[in-house]
Amino acid sequence: MTRDEGTYKAQSEHAAKTETRHEGTYRAQAERAAGKGAPEHRHNRQRTKMVAPPNDYLVPERDALLTPVLECRHLGIDFGGLKAVEDLNLMVGKTEIAGLIGPNGAGKTTVFNLLTKVYQPTRGTILLDGQDTAGMDTARVSREGIARTFQNIRLFDSLTVEDNVKIGLHNQVECGMWSGIFRAPRYWLSEQEFHRRALELLDVFNMADNADDIAGSLPYGAQRRLEIVRALATNPKLLLLDEPAAGMNPVETEELMDNIVKIRDDFQIAVLLIEHDMDLVMGICEGIVVLNFGKVIAKGTPEEIQANPQVVEAYLGKQE
Amino acid sequence: MDKIRNMSRESRSNFITYGMVIIAYAIMQALASMHAISSSMTGLLVPITAYICMAISLNLVVGVSGELSLGHAGFMSVGAFTGVVAASALAGAIESTMLRLLLSIVIAGVAAAVAGILIGIPVMRLRGDYLAIVTLAFGEIIKNLLNNLYVGLDARGLHFSMTDTASLGMDGGKVLVNGPQGAVGFPMISTFTAGFLLVMFTLIVVQNLINSRSGRAIKAVRDNRIAAESVGIDTTKYRLMAFVVSAALAGMAGALYAQNYTAIVPKKFDFNTSILILVFVVLGGMGNIRGGIISAALLTILPEKLRFIGDYRMLMYAIVLILVMLFSNNAQVRMQIEALRHRISHRVDDQLDAQAAKGGDAR
Repeated sequence: MTRDEGTYKAQSEHAAKTETRHEGTYRAQAERAAGKGAPEHRHNRQRTKMVAPPNDYLVPERDALLTPVLECRHLGIDFGGLKAVEDLNLMVGKTEIAGLIGPNGAGKTTVFNLLTKVYQPTRGTILLDGQDTAGMDTARVSREGIARTFQNIRLFDSLTVEDNVKIGLHNQVECGMWSGIFRAPRYWLSEQEFHRRALELLDVFNMADNADDIAGSLPYGAQRRLEIVRALATNPKLLLLDEPAAGMNPVETEELMDNIVKIRDDFQIAVLLIEHDMDLVMGICEGIVVLNFGKVIAKGTPEEIQANPQVVEAYLGKQE
Repeated sequence: MDKIRNMSRESRSNFITYGMVIIAYAIMQALASMHAISSSMTGLLVPITAYICMAISLNLVVGVSGELSLGHAGFMSVGAFTGVVAASALAGAIESTMLRLLLSIVIAGVAAAVAGILIGIPVMRLRGDYLAIVTLAFGEIIKNLLNNLYVGLDARGLHFSMTDTASLGMDGGKVLVNGPQGAVGFPMISTFTAGFLLVMFTLIVVQNLINSRSGRAIKAVRDNRIAAESVGIDTTKYRLMAFVVSAALAGMAGALYAQNYTAIVPKKFDFNTSILILVFVVLGGMGNIRGGIISAALLTILPEKLRFIGDYRMLMYAIVLILVMLFSNNAQVRMQIEALRHRISHRVDDQLDAQAAKGGDAR
């Protein structure tokens, strides 16, 4: 879908919504138009003023004409009576580094779980690179191009660092069960490919020397980095990082910031990250969305967010 | 030598396992040819190989895929009865017993794989304790189905019935499987060499599978299902793959096992047998193929060797089990073993280094 079509669709949807809201007025107009009212009115109908509906999508200028990698429309999920996320509208540009912040319990990780289909949304649509992800499961969404890391690290603890990355490469290199069992030529070729690409990816974070270590025995910071490498291995269009700097010291965080930018530049992908470390968020995020009680309370550049009184209130409480 | 050094840790460990099995076979074969082992031991050789295959295949589900399956003997019995029927049906067509055994084992493997798929589809919707309970139930269901199965062979071919022998509608011929009385009067065609080859085959299939793309996916699902899904792995597919491959290998072992006797009853493959195989796996260490092989062999021999203490032998058997469990879970013993292993592997590395250096000098 081209960008123009997208906008058009959004507009027509908006129009449809307005119609239901003002049904009465429209019906009266329609009846008049159909000639039920006085016939002379048909020729001098009121000229409708057409406007672009308000939308608060923000993307970097360089991505404005490209299909956005992610578009959420009116996304929401209820847990029983609790609306954990409500009416979330969000757009992430093709090569944007976006931030999703908010106080504890605001629903940030829930948004990630909605995007990766760990939860099925109660309302709304998620478009991944223009494609609706309705009805897909987690594995399918990953194949379509969303990769993620977890707030509480989820590595394959008993396997080596290299195997962890190879599992990330699972859908990138083909080798069926029979080729594996009977060591067909296909197997040896694919294993070479697995090995080469795994080391290449580990090199991004200078972890190639740790390739043979057991993942569960790595220090905390290295485990976080390995999770990012594993996510990158799935060849994503959008990388979701859930608190990537948690548990890292300032030096490591500094390095991580450089690496996230480097990943975006080298792989030309979008990154959406949840983070409490404001130095990191304000340092590398281009667009920021602030969530509180499941609702978006602010969107904008780091400068705009810092100056936003609502955001300050959400984090620090109302000033007396 | 360089080749050995460049081998990954896994393949080096695999070759040690192959070597161990081959050497054990050679020793037993040599002893048997010199008539140095008792006749009761000779009779145990084929069951030992069959149980080793069962332990290796169950390890794929319990150790590698991380699911507790309590119905493994069910697949063994599917293989056993299919193997016996297939071998009898092929008796006219194929002269060579070795070829007939091979074919019956292959057919048994396919039949058990089909059973594995049929059972696996509902079972793979469950996890953990629920999966264990349902596999237990399916093991019992298979046993009861076989208790009611009647198969006959006459000039027109095979006849099946689930009621009695009369309803088979045979003219002459022979009843192969007779309900609860099981299969009787078939030839003993299993040999120790065939058993050894099946162990090698099972080993190769399982170890190659573990160290391939599919095997990594199976281990990923075991270690962290949510993370595995998040990198695009179809978790049901890979859990089912481990389950079905394991079932097929168990079926093959069943065909080998059954044809070491002249009669076999469905009751032989009940819950106790499933637990026995699980004990082999747990005792050898879940996921540890070599450990499973050793414990399967030792625990099959142990009750025979304990026969001299008469009624107390099952008591002794239980005590030995408990002691091994206690010791292998003791932190201190574990550390000692770990240190010993470390020292040995370093010594091997040093030797390889020395040899490499020597090779360099010679040039």
